[in-house]
Parts: sequence; structure tokens; C-alpha cells
Amino acid sequence: MTLNRRNLLKAGVAAAALPLLGSRAFAQSEPLKVGFMLIGTVNDNGWNFGHATGAKFMKDTLGDLVAEPTIVENVPEGPDCERVLRELAQSGHKLIFATSFGYGDYVIKVAEQFPDVRFEHATGYQRSDNVATYNARFHEGRAVCGTIAGHMSKTGKAGYIGSFPIPEVVMGINAFVLAARKVNPDFTITPVYISTWNDPAKEADTARAMIDQGIDVIAQHTDGPAALQVAEERGIVGGFGQGADMSAFAPKAQLTSIIDHWGPHYVNAAQAVIDGTWETGDRWPGLKEGEVQIGPYGESVPADVVAAAEAVKNGQIDGSFNIFTGPINDHTGAEKVPAGVIMTDAELLSMDWYVEGVIPPA
Amino acid sequence: MTLELAIAILVTVVGASTPILIAAMGELIVEKSGVLNLGVEGMMLVGAIAAFVVLFTTGNHYLAILVAAAAGVATSLIFGFLTLSLSANQTATGLALTIFGTGFSALAGQGYSARPVTLLGPLFPSELAAHPIWRVLFGYSALVYFSFALVFSVWWFLKKTRAGLILRAVGENDLSAHSIGYSVVGVRYMAVMFGGAMAGIAGACFPLLLTPQWAERMTAGRGWIAVALVVFASWKPFRLLAGAYLFGLVMTMELYAKASGGPLSVIPAELWAAMPYLATIAVLVLISLRRDASTNAPACLGKPFLPSN
Repeated sequence: MTLNRRNLLKAGVAAAALPLLGSRAFAQSEPLKVGFMLIGTVNDNGWNFGHATGAKFMKDTLGDLVAEPTIVENVPEGPDCERVLRELAQSGHKLIFATSFGYGDYVIKVAEQFPDVRFEHATGYQRSDNVATYNARFHEGRAVCGTIAGHMSKTGKAGYIGSFPIPEVVMGINAFVLAARKVNPDFTITPVYISTWNDPAKEADTARAMIDQGIDVIAQHTDGPAALQVAEERGIVGGFGQGADMSAFAPKAQLTSIIDHWGPHYVNAAQAVIDGTWETGDRWPGLKEGEVQIGPYGESVPADVVAAAEAVKNGQIDGSFNIFTGPINDHTGAEKVPAGVIMTDAELLSMDWYVEGVIPPA
Repeated sequence: MTLELAIAILVTVVGASTPILIAAMGELIVEKSGVLNLGVEGMMLVGAIAAFVVLFTTGNHYLAILVAAAAGVATSLIFGFLTLSLSANQTATGLALTIFGTGFSALAGQGYSARPVTLLGPLFPSELAAHPIWRVLFGYSALVYFSFALVFSVWWFLKKTRAGLILRAVGENDLSAHSIGYSVVGVRYMAVMFGGAMAGIAGACFPLLLTPQWAERMTAGRGWIAVALVVFASWKPFRLLAGAYLFGLVMTMELYAKASGGPLSVIPAELWAAMPYLATIAVLVLISLRRDASTNAPACLGKPFLPSN
């Protein structure tokens, strides 16, 4: 560097700024406190377990930059959650994740009172200057499972145990059967809604009711491994782990699993708050970003089926394949999406109709 | 509907009905002694986690059932001490017991939720249950045969034995029973402990009979159905058997109708789902029409025993 006036000036400014920078760095070396609010317990092997694992991943990745994450379990979707949010904000948490749909209104309300705290609401749709929303494209994983089901089902009939007919669930059913029908055009799927997220005995009985009536592949959107265990016991073609690898419960029957991996998102969000670059918005990553992962394939899945499933997975990762590409007909056979058109995110998030191949609930 | 499907449905119905039947039979004895224990759901959860932990560590299904019964008894003794020895309000104490059982089982179950176990297999050798018809008779685990034996035993005990007469006397008129020298509190303790043991075994049915895992709150409200069934059956054991199977049938048929995607949907799934409630209303109307027999409820039900008054 030649020493001229301009450079000298620059160096001087830099030197003058150094102490400032130092004090800033000192202030920031206080580790960031991050709070998580869960609707259930971290031991559910599914949704809440996934978020707790993500919190741990964030701490492991960022180390001393973040404090040990605060996880509040069993927070109902009501006035109680407002109190929990306020307590988290008042106790110095600068980034708070609310991980259930029904928290939305309360997050917005509390966020107004704490403008310097960042809130992120999973599966939500309401945003403000300091409230962002995030979700994961689980339906991409469903397309991989549907491909396997289309190849392996002998009866061509799958069952889908759902909780409630909300767009998130309908999207998953549709993605599954669209993928299966690319392999077997006669494939059908029967959704059964059981009006609960957690009643393992009812899930197991639903699986029995399906198997007794000729269904040989079962997918579920509820949290536990109950249906997979019945599949294992009855020796049908199989089923899929939901939220986590469930092969411990069904070593033969689990064909593969969809694994929620919120970790990368939590790392990015915490890093952005530390760097001061956090912005509100809606983030909906999927297989490509690694937030949705496909677990190991079961032993009973033949090599050619693994290859077909991998092709669907990789196509979604590199963007060359989208399961919601027209032509798509609804369950009555009427065309809903013209050939070559890809459904928009907004259309997916409000999906309230079944594609061809779904036997709609009576 | 084919014969195979009908039999398959029946087998599922038996599984769904058994825990409700066992828990309700225990509660029937408790209520016959004049005590209302609303803690069935909590005691079932304690039984379920006790059975799971024993099964997971030892692999012995029958030991798991025994420990579940003992855990149910231990939980019921909390209720017994508060309501019988200290004369606390039974309704409030029962509700508190359910809340306690839910929380305690969740705490004790930490770390057990990702562990698989195996179901209790059929009692009889599988050759006996090879044909579908024989499967209806011989295809179940010991818990199912236990539940049938329990119905008969409870009926026999209440109707045919002196001890059963004393129990009913305590429930119908505690002061009279006391005045002729029976220990009201002692009899009620025995009844409450029996109810606890049955609730514990009913809880054990969840990991042993229905779904071989532990999940928090896995009884999902069936303890409350058991409490309601006792009223539904107007405190009669064989009516309770019929009631438990009616509830099991409608709970199961709802799922079979939905999963059939058509053929079984002659009766819509929603109607199956509503049927337990319709049946309850119908029974309550029928009971209230028979003015002479009143409701058959034990006269001292839910009232603390205060001999000094």
C-alpha cells in the first residue's frame, strides 16, 4: 500500500473506529438467548422432537455464540402461550420460535410490545416487522414415499392416516398419490381422519381397519409409530416413518422415512440475529436445503425402486421435478391444473381438493 | 361383507373394548361401595407406564401386568387416604388423581418413548386359532379372557356372596352398616384398591394389547369412557359388558367405515362416531322412564362417611 493522503485518512478512520468495533464486539460476545415454545413434549418422536433436535443442532453448530436454548414444552394454543411468550421476551431471549400453528395471533400481539425481539412462527401465515414465518416442504418427501408405494404395493391400495383435513395434510396425500400413479396409473389412496394428533391406540386400530380391507401400504401424518408397528405385525408391504426414523419400531415394515431437520434453519436465523441481518419474511425450504430429508431405505425395497425414489428426490433437489406439475385432475376426473403448469405456493397452501386416485372421505 | 372381514372386525372390537371393560368393572365395585373415583384415567396411565417399564426391562408380559396392577393400587391409595381417612371431597380428589397420574406417567416415561416392545401373544397355541371361526374363540391374549372372567366374578361376588352383600350395604346405607359393626372405611379401602388394580391392568392393555409402545397420555380419554359406562350400565355387570362392547364396536366401525372407502359406508362414518353419545342419551331416557326402579345408583355414592353426624 502506497502511503498517500487518502490511504492515511482511511487508516485513521479505521483506527478511530476500532475501539467502537471493540465495544460492539464485546456487547455481542454475550451469547444470544434463544427460546422455543412447543405444543407437546420433546419425547413425542415426531413434531416436537424434531424442533428440540433442531435447537440442539443450533447450539452445537454455533457453540458459544448462543446460550443453551430455552425449551418450554406443553404450551397450549391459547392465552397461556401469550404469557410464555412474554416471559421469554422479558428474560432476555432475543429470538423466539413458536412452533405450532395456533400460536399465531398471540405471537403477533406479544411481538408488538417487544420490537427488539425477533419472533419466528412455524407453519403460520401472519407476519410483521419482527415476526417471520417458516415451514418445510414435507410434501416433497411424500412424493418420494409415493413413488416407492407405487412400485411395491401389490393391491395398488394405500391408506393415509391423517389428523385433520387441513391444507398441509391434503397436500401430503395429493403428493403421495400423484407420485404413486406415475408408476401405477390405477393406484388409489384412502385417507382416514382420526381427529387427533396423538391417540396411538386409535392409530393402530385404523391401521388394522385398513389392512383388513386390502390396503397394503400405509402412510401417516400423525406423530407416532403405532401404524408402522401394526404393519410390521401383519407383514404387509410396509409404511413410512413420519418426522423421524422409526425403524426401531418396524425394522421390516419401514420402507423409508421423512425426517424433519429444522437445525439448519435455526442456525441461519440465530446467525442472522447475531450479525444484525435478520429480516422478516416467509421461509419454506425443503429437500434441497436439507430441512426435509429421506431416511435410509428398508431392506425390502429393491435396488430399482431405490433408484426410482432417488431420482424423484434428486429431481426435487435440483429443481427439474415438481410433483405439482399439470396436468392434474381432481378426484372426479375434472382438470384442475393444465399440462405444464406448476402450482404456486399460494395455491398449495390453500389446497382443499383431492387429486385423482384419492377416495375422498364419505 | 365377507366372513373374513367380519371376523377381523370382531377381533379389533374385542381389543378396543377390553381395557374399557376392565377399568369400568373396577370402577363399578368402587361405586357400589359408595365411592366415586374419577381418577380412573390417571390410574390407567400409571398402570400403562409401569407395565411398559417392566416389559421393556424384563421382557416378561405377565410380570408387567402384575406390576401394573400394583402400581394402580398404589395410586388408588392416595385417593383412598384423602377421601376415606381425611374425608376430602371425592369429585375434586378424583380429578386431581387424573391430573397427577397424567403428569407422573409422563415423568416416569421420560426416555421410554422411543423404545419398542412386543405385544402379549395369544393364550392358546396358534393351531387352535388357525381357522377364522376358531380365531374368534381362541385367538386372543390372556387379558381378553381375564376381562370375561372378571365380568362373571364381579356379578357372582355382588349377587351370591356375603362379602358382596356387605359391600352393597356399605354403598347403600353406610350408617346402618356401621351401626351393625361393619368397617365402612375398611370395606371402601378394599373397593378403592380393587378399582386401582383393575385400572392398572386396563392401562397395561395399551402397551400389551393395542400398540406396543409408550406414548404420553396414550389412554386418550378411555378412562372417562369407563367412568361413564358404569352409569350407562346402571351398575350392573352384564349390562356393563354389553355397554363396553357397544362402545368398542362403534369406535371400531367408524374406522373400518372410513378405511373401506365406500363399501362399508352405508352408515356414514360420522354417524358411527356420534353413536356412543346417541346411545348414552337413549339409555338415560330409558332409565328415567322407569320411575319405579329409579336409577339404581348406590344411595351413598360420592358422600363422605361421617359417623359422628
